[in-house]
Amino acid sequence: MELIDLYIALFLSFFKIGLFGFGGGYAMLPLIQREVVELHGWISVADFTDIVAISQTTPGPIAFNSATYIGYSAVTEMGFTTGYGILGSAICTLAVSIPSLILMTLVCAFFFRLKGNPWMESSLSVLKPAIIGLIASAALMLMNGNNFTDYKSWIIFGVVLAASVKKVDPILLILLSGVAGLLLYPT
Amino acid sequence: MQIIKQYWELFLVFFKIGAFTFGGGYAMIPLIRNEVVKKKEWLNDSEFIDMLAIAQSIPGPIALNTALFVGNRRMGFKGSLFSAAGIILPSFIIILLIAILFAQFRDNPLVERIFKGIRPAVVALIAAPLLGLSRSAGVNRKNLWIPLVVALTVWLLKISPIFIILAAILLGLSHLAYLKILMKK
Repeated sequence: MELIDLYIALFLSFFKIGLFGFGGGYAMLPLIQREVVELHGWISVADFTDIVAISQTTPGPIAFNSATYIGYSAVTEMGFTTGYGILGSAICTLAVSIPSLILMTLVCAFFFRLKGNPWMESSLSVLKPAIIGLIASAALMLMNGNNFTDYKSWIIFGVVLAASVKKVDPILLILLSGVAGLLLYPT
Repeated sequence: MQIIKQYWELFLVFFKIGAFTFGGGYAMIPLIRNEVVKKKEWLNDSEFIDMLAIAQSIPGPIALNTALFVGNRRMGFKGSLFSAAGIILPSFIIILLIAILFAQFRDNPLVERIFKGIRPAVVALIAAPLLGLSRSAGVNRKNLWIPLVVALTVWLLKISPIFIILAAILLGLSHLAYLKILMKK
């Protein structure tokens, strides 16, 4: 029964994430973090940051990657076996996709000319700048003691920020900062 | 037989896109265009631009929305199921394997040291595109207050992003309604 409740909670959370995840990608991070870290405590902030790191080094949208990862780990952390964890992944991935499926089916069926519709344009004129704010809040929320343990963290942050603005490949930057972690934090 | 082949083709094209695009969303656009417009000629360039506008206007991952649109336009609802499966499966398989393996390594001190270096880098990678994105989202001096208020309220006051999204839509709609009332007078 406990397992069914967890599946339902996971489904509802990721359905919400899919339904309100405007802007895709990083813009969905504050929403995902709020649901899975703050409201349900399925994973810690550090684990959440690790998922984002894994997402940046593997193909596919961040929303799918977090759905798959969190679906698995939330279920197995509660002591259930791998098979139930895989089912959890599938449930979260489906849940995050269903809102898009429904909305896109409606858009295609009615041939909404969304582009050029003045109501749509007017909503987007506020929504788009708001999404920039959401991405900024994702960065700000992750700037905490779990992820920034000392001054060395800030050095890595500064170097990667500058390199990334200069369009250095993010995968390379992740790999290099992993090496930096090994060198800067000797046991 | 022919129809099965077409569904399979939709699945394969988006499987390929899902398997080879790192960084998701905006990074996928050139690859999707190459497959869907240039190679397969399922859409022309102006339809592709319209599709991007729609994919970004509705919620959900942009890559998924694109796959759903192309699948639906080509083969209807069932087609969108095949293209969606194609775009979802690669990351599902890869992340599942990582989740299963990572659970065994997570408490390894070596892995912890590596991730101690990676975590601040992740935050930098989220922050880095903000300037470029602001420009393409049309942020200017007049509406700069919107991203600032959103960032601060979500970060410090823990306001739900769902509330922010709904408020932004409502504000946009009422702004237009207000303009229309003004024009009638």
